[in-house]
Parts: sequence; C-alpha cells; structure tokens
Amino acid sequence: MKPMVPKSWRNDAVAKVTGRTKYTDDLKFANLLHAAPVYSDFVHARINSIETAGAEKYPGVVRVITARDVPGANRVGQIRKDYRIFADDKIRYNGDVVALVVAESRDIAIRASRLVRVEAIPLPALLDPEEALQDKVLIHEDLYTNLVVTHKVRRGDVDEGFRKADLVIEEDFRTQFVEHAYMETEAAVCVPRSDGVTEVYGSMQHPFSTRRFVAACLGTPLGRVEVVGTPLGGGFGGKDDTAAIVCARTALAARLLNRPVKTMYRRDWSIRESYKRHPYHIHYKMGLTRDGLITAVQCRMLADAGAYCSVTPWVTWRSTVQCCGPYLVDNVHCDVLGVYTNNVVTGAMRGFGSPQVNFAIEQLVEIAAAKLGLSGIEFRRRNMVRQGCLTITGQRLDGHKVAMGEVLDAVLKETDYERNLGRCAFGKSDSDEWYGIGLAMSYRGVSLGAEGADLCAAAIDVQPDGSILLDVGVHENGQGLESAMSILCAGELGVDLRHIHYRRASTSSIPDSGTTVASRGTIMGGGAVLLAARDLKDKISAAVAEKLRCEPAQVRFAHGRVEGRDSSDSLSFDEAIREMWQARLVPRGFGVFRSPKVTWNDESGQGDAYFTWVYGCQAVELTVNRKTGKVRLLRAVAAHDVGRAVNPEMVKGQFYGGMAMSTGYALHEEVGMKDGKIATTNLNTYRIPRSTDLPEMTAIIVENPDPASPSGAKSIGEPTNEILAPAIANAIYNATGRRHFSLPIRTTSP
Amino acid sequence: MKLNLNGKDIEVPAEAAEKRLVEFLREDLDLTGAKNACDIGACGACTILVDEEPLKICVKRVKDVAGHRVLTIEGMAAEDGTLHPLQQAFVEAGAIQCGFCTPGMVLTAHAFLLKHPDPTRDEIRRAISRNLCRCTGYQQIIDAIERAAPFYRETNIHEHTAATPR
Ligand code: FES
Ligand code: FES
Repeated sequence: MKPMVPKSWRNDAVAKVTGRTKYTDDLKFANLLHAAPVYSDFVHARINSIETAGAEKYPGVVRVITARDVPGANRVGQIRKDYRIFADDKIRYNGDVVALVVAESRDIAIRASRLVRVEAIPLPALLDPEEALQDKVLIHEDLYTNLVVTHKVRRGDVDEGFRKADLVIEEDFRTQFVEHAYMETEAAVCVPRSDGVTEVYGSMQHPFSTRRFVAACLGTPLGRVEVVGTPLGGGFGGKDDTAAIVCARTALAARLLNRPVKTMYRRDWSIRESYKRHPYHIHYKMGLTRDGLITAVQCRMLADAGAYCSVTPWVTWRSTVQCCGPYLVDNVHCDVLGVYTNNVVTGAMRGFGSPQVNFAIEQLVEIAAAKLGLSGIEFRRRNMVRQGCLTITGQRLDGHKVAMGEVLDAVLKETDYERNLGRCAFGKSDSDEWYGIGLAMSYRGVSLGAEGADLCAAAIDVQPDGSILLDVGVHENGQGLESAMSILCAGELGVDLRHIHYRRASTSSIPDSGTTVASRGTIMGGGAVLLAARDLKDKISAAVAEKLRCEPAQVRFAHGRVEGRDSSDSLSFDEAIREMWQARLVPRGFGVFRSPKVTWNDESGQGDAYFTWVYGCQAVELTVNRKTGKVRLLRAVAAHDVGRAVNPEMVKGQFYGGMAMSTGYALHEEVGMKDGKIATTNLNTYRIPRSTDLPEMTAIIVENPDPASPSGAKSIGEPTNEILAPAIANAIYNATGRRHFSLPIRTTSP
Repeated sequence: MKLNLNGKDIEVPAEAAEKRLVEFLREDLDLTGAKNACDIGACGACTILVDEEPLKICVKRVKDVAGHRVLTIEGMAAEDGTLHPLQQAFVEAGAIQCGFCTPGMVLTAHAFLLKHPDPTRDEIRRAISRNLCRCTGYQQIIDAIERAAPFYRETNIHEHTAATPR
C-alpha cells in the first residue's frame, strides 16, 4: 500500500527550517575542550622531530598530541592501512597532520598550533602521476612501488577489432581535482563516558567506518566506541576517511584528557586536508565500421590517488567496469591505474569514477558519429545497451528493465532535441550568442558491486501504545534517507506516517551495515526496512489470527488496521499491538537485506559486476558569447530510471543537486595546486555554482520497479552527477565548433 | 549596549562588544541557527537580518549591530512554533536537504520578499546568489520563494514574524 504522504515530506524539515537542528558544532558539553590540527609546510619530507614544547607552554593549552601518543594503530584505512592519523615517519602531502593542540578555547588552540615546529628533510615531491609510475622516488617505501592498483578488462581481440574497422579515432582527456565543498566542514565532539565507552558525535557519513577508525586508534574493542549519527551538513562521498580521522584524533584527545573535546574544522583546513575527486588522464582508441558500429575500444586511464590509498581501488574499479559507457563493444582492452603522488589524497566523491569516464566517452561517441556522418543520437542507438545484451564485462542485462532508450527518448522529447540541434551555431553564426544543445547518457551499476560485501539491517520496535521506532543501518547524509525509510515502513505496515519515529542512529543499536555510499541507501536500507516490516507483520499475524478468525497468512494490514479475511473482523493497529503485549509477545521486526551475488575475475576483467543497473540521460541548452567566450546555461533536462520514487520531491532534489554539481565540474571548479600545495583554500577562490550560474532544470522521473530491490527503488544520488559535464561539453561544441578535452572547460576565446 | 534581538530588547555586556557576532550568537546566546561555513563572508551560511537587511556576521563584531533590530532564524516562527509562511513554503517545496544553508537562505529570501513581493524567478535567482547551497541546485529553493511571495503581497508582514516588536 502507498502511504498517504504529503507532496513533499521530510522528518527533519521543520527542525532544519527553524534552525533548531543540532549539527556537530552546535553541540555543547560541560567542561568542553577544543582542538586544532597542526600542519607542516612540507609536501614530501622525512620527519626528524616534531617540537611541541612551545605550544604546550602557551597559556590555556592542555596538551599537544602527536603520533607517539596513539595507543592503538596510527595507520588506518578501509582498504589499505596506510592513512596516518598523525604523520609519523614522513610528510606525504601538504595536508598531513603532525599534531593536535588541545586547549581551553578554540582560539587558543589555533594560536598555539603555530608554535609547533616540524624539522624534516625535504624529499623530491612527486606531483605528476606519470612520473610517479616510474618509482624513482617512493612515497610508501614499504610497498616498493607507487602503484596503488591496476584493473583491466580483456574482452575479445582488440587487434582483430581494429583490423575490421573502417575508421579508428584516438583522443586524450584530462580531468581535475575537485573539492566536495559540503557547506558544513568536518567536525567532531567526543565524550569519554564513565562506563569506558567513548561517545562520538561527528560530521561524518559513515558511523560504522568511523567506529572502526576510532577503535583502531584508541586500541579498544568496537563495543567501547559508540558513534552517534549526527545531522550532517552535506557529504557527497567526502566525509569518509578524513572525517573519520578527525573523529579519531578528537576521541584520542578526549580519552587522554578524560574531558569532552571538540574539533571544528576551519574551511582552509578542510580543503587542505580532505580528500578530493581523482583527476584522470584518459586515452581512448576506438574502431568503427562505416555503418556506425563500434568494433573495438582500447583505453588507458591513470588516476592520481594522492598520498594515501583511501578507496582508490574501488573508484578505479567502477571506471573499469563502465569504461565504454553504455555501449556494446565486442573487443575491449582497458587498463586503469591508480598511483600514489604527493598531491592531496583522492577518494570517494558522488559519481565515484564515473564522471571522469563519461566526460571522455560521451564526447568520443559524438566525435565518432560526426566523422561517420551520423547523428550522435543515431550512433548511440546503434551501439547502446539493450534488453538481454551482454555488457563489456560479459554480464547479461536482464531481470530488470534496460531503460536506456526510454530515458533517451524522454529527454529528446522534452527538449525538442532534433529540432534544436538544427539551431546550433557550430561557430559559424553571425550572432553574438552562439546557441548549442548537447546531451549525454550513462548506465551505472547500483550499490557497491564486486567492490565489497553488501548487507544492511533494520529493526522496528513497536511500543505498547502502537508508536513505532525505526532503526536502520544506513546514515542520513542530508538526502532525505530517514524520510524514505519511514515512508516505506509506514506503507508496508499500513499505518500513518505519524506513527513512525526514526531513531537517531547509533552504532551500538544496529548491526554494522556498511557505509552509506554508492547510492546504496535507498535500495539497501529500503530492502532491510521491508524485510523487518514483514517479519513484524508475521509476528502480529500469528498473535491475532485466532481473534480475527482466520489463518495468520490471511491477515492484512491497511489504513491503520489489522484485518482478517472479512474486514468486519478487524483491530486497529494499536489494539493489535496491545494484544501482543498482553500476551507477553514483543512486537519487534528485524530484517537483513543482502544484495544478490556479484562476481568478478581480476585477470580477465569479466563478471556480473553489479546486481542491477540504472539508466540516465541529460541534456543542456546554452549559449557561448562569440567575443567573451562566456557560457550561459539556458536549460537542463534530466531523465533517470530510479526504479521507484519513494519520495518524489526528494528524488527531484537529487536530480537538481547532482546537475548543479556537474555544472561546477564542467565549468567552474578546480582545486588549484601549486607545487603540491592547494591555493584555493576557501569558497571565494574555490568557486561552486551560485544560483545565477545555473539554469532552470527539469527532472523526469522514470519508474521501472526493479525485481532485485524489495522496494522496487534503485538509486539516484550519483547517476544525476555524472553526465551533465559531457552534455555541456557537447553543447559547447555544437555552439562553437570547438572540442574541449580537459576539465574545467575554458571557453574564454572560442 | 542594547540591541533588539528577535523582537526582544536585550542588554549586551560591554566586554562582548569586540566579539565576533557569529560567535556571540552561537556560543554566548546558544542561537546556533546561524552557521559558520567559511569565516570570510563568502558563503552566506551565517546570514542574519539587521534592520531587515541581510548581513553576513562571520566578518562582523557585536558592536556593529548595537542599537539595531536583529532577526535570526530562531525569530522567524511564531512563539507557539507555527512556521512562518516562508518557512512553510521551504518545507513544502522540498527546498531542504542537508539544511546547512537553510537558515541563511530563508532570511535572505525574507528580506528580499519584504521589498519585492512580486518577483520573477530570475529576480529570485539574483537575490539569493550570495548564499551558497551545495545540495539543491537552488531549483526548489527558488520554487519555495516563489510560492511564498503571494503571502508578502497580501499581508502586512510585520504582524507575522515572531521577532517583530508589536
Ligand atoms: S560563514 Fe559567513 S559568509 Fe560564510
Ligand atoms: S541544503 Fe545542503 S547546503 Fe543547502
């Protein structure tokens, strides 16, 4: 049953719009200390000594903490434990933290932090990924190589494929470092509890991975750390390793000093230290027949991993699986490499290895089409994935609707694409404003895929008065996840939304359900919620069947009632719950959703990489000023198959937010690096899109409920943020006749 | 030193005069609705209204608002908690995601609508261009402001924020 949901509903909207929501820095505790990180001036250097005495003597300073004070592990990581909580042997990038100054006030901590001296021997800084690959200097000596990871796809025979081709094209593409620029910077408050548990409140996306980092650093069992889900001022994939490490340092200070400690990041610290989106250098070679079929693709991608591994192997794996975009190619030879450098660390960011690839491939298909004298649309149609096809990794796309054509058609229609294509200037118009329209499309594997095991738990506890506490192992990142979970729960139980209270999540109340990444929140969390609700319904049914004069299997839940075969035999939901408690039965539902199996062979780069896929297409209309090169976006349209839209207004919010972020990726954003140091350390120089940079946007929600998802819903957070940049690049080409192969696109003299 | 904060006259101790306004509100008065997200006046997350004009307070001192009327997000809703129609519009339009920009955005929009109760979407877009939001792409925020505009046309607004002295 679909619950009665107001047009737009969020469980946290009223608190947010009245300013009452307490984010991490809004939390106050008695006797609170404040901490500030200390950086060094180095980019790559061997540490001789870290001199803290000066800072320690500063009035109001309580303690200065360095690697030596870490009782547990100083090296942590989700994949490879190379990330230093405090720099110990070396400085590997300019954002490495050497110490934490803890003081009675934040101002004092900041002032004293300038008194910490780092003595170190500078080493050659590896800032160019190609140079880093040569291993002449090592960033992690114990690994004997700077190579973090390689992935490949080997399918068919590319030599044969190129022999059969009538035309072969080759292009190079480059993308930049991108900052997440969540409006709330990293922050943590840690409270040492008298029962030995360290309580952690923090601006982080992943309570469970934060708990792992904190426990490792403190050298305590997981059960002695309780990470409490705290309202988050934006994440976008960026509040994982760095945010967890900020929590770990703060927890350590709280434990050492036995007082609550807060660390609240300044924007320049956040931009300096936190990981970024990987810059890629991509080379493509594509073979084509005269009638517009792709015969072969050979590609090499090199991703700059920065100083630590983070999730580089996972990010680059997604690039590998999706290296040909949503197109069918029989002969593929693809190598994707991630390499350590002394640049800022790179890791997860909304899109996760797709935006880079799509920027390249979605231009490449248009270049190919133009050379063959075909329209980009016709070329796409001939080559795109379709129902029952085999992907480039040998996965058969079935069991769900392959909606590539459907989303493409929706966008073509909404934008009147074919007709508007005829209006494009291609740099040959006398008008001052050159018009262009362009599009791009993608398919995307849902959730973690073969990157990791995937499960999520949910618990529903009905209180004696019928009110419901819902607890799910995924985390609210601001996207409205709690609301979606509540709506699904209410729908399955047939009760009003007002019955449901979403519990403030804690790692101590629900099993470790992994991280809220990879747009997996709705599909995994929703799956768990429905399974828990069904478990609960089974229990209620068994308890009240006799009273309702029917078999348990015949009990139905709707409109706030629990009914037998005949609706005259019915109880209100609350009455049914009372019956249970009176019979000393506990109305508790528990569910664990495990994603269907996926497979991957590292050698061949073949396998059923993801258990299901989503399909999306976006188009943009713009003008480029002939004289100034200024780009003005007129309109953007997106169609995505989301499986099922649980909370449509929130789904649209994901569309718009993703498209906005892509616009920044395409036209404005770049972390400026100078000799390994970040120059753009605040929001005045790191320029995210303003309202006036963006056009009106149209969101077309396509719904093909997915059988692999108990709720039918798939995902939306990331697909929206991976194709507008190539759409803009294509539109700029159609306006100016000029291709742009690197990001951000600079058009200042087209 | 006196100021009128959310409709009430308050006395501010002289030693607070040089304090940064954002810290004074957040730390001393526990009005944490204004956020500090950049510290340099670049993002608008700390916006409050002073005499109905938006002011970024991360770069201001307490003495800068002495003797003025100050409205923070905490003063927008009625005392009984009823949302201001503009806040209601934000909720209904789906304009809120992480919510970190929301207080500053609502106040900026409020100041704008008081002066321009009949705006075009483009005018709204320009009015909020100094408030950054990373989540929403601004689309539903603009929808919300548009949706609230009739209220400003039809009503004597001064009767409707909890903060206005009556
Ligand atoms: S915090 Fe004041 S403008 Fe950003
Ligand atoms: S809602 Fe997150 S910054 Fe605006």
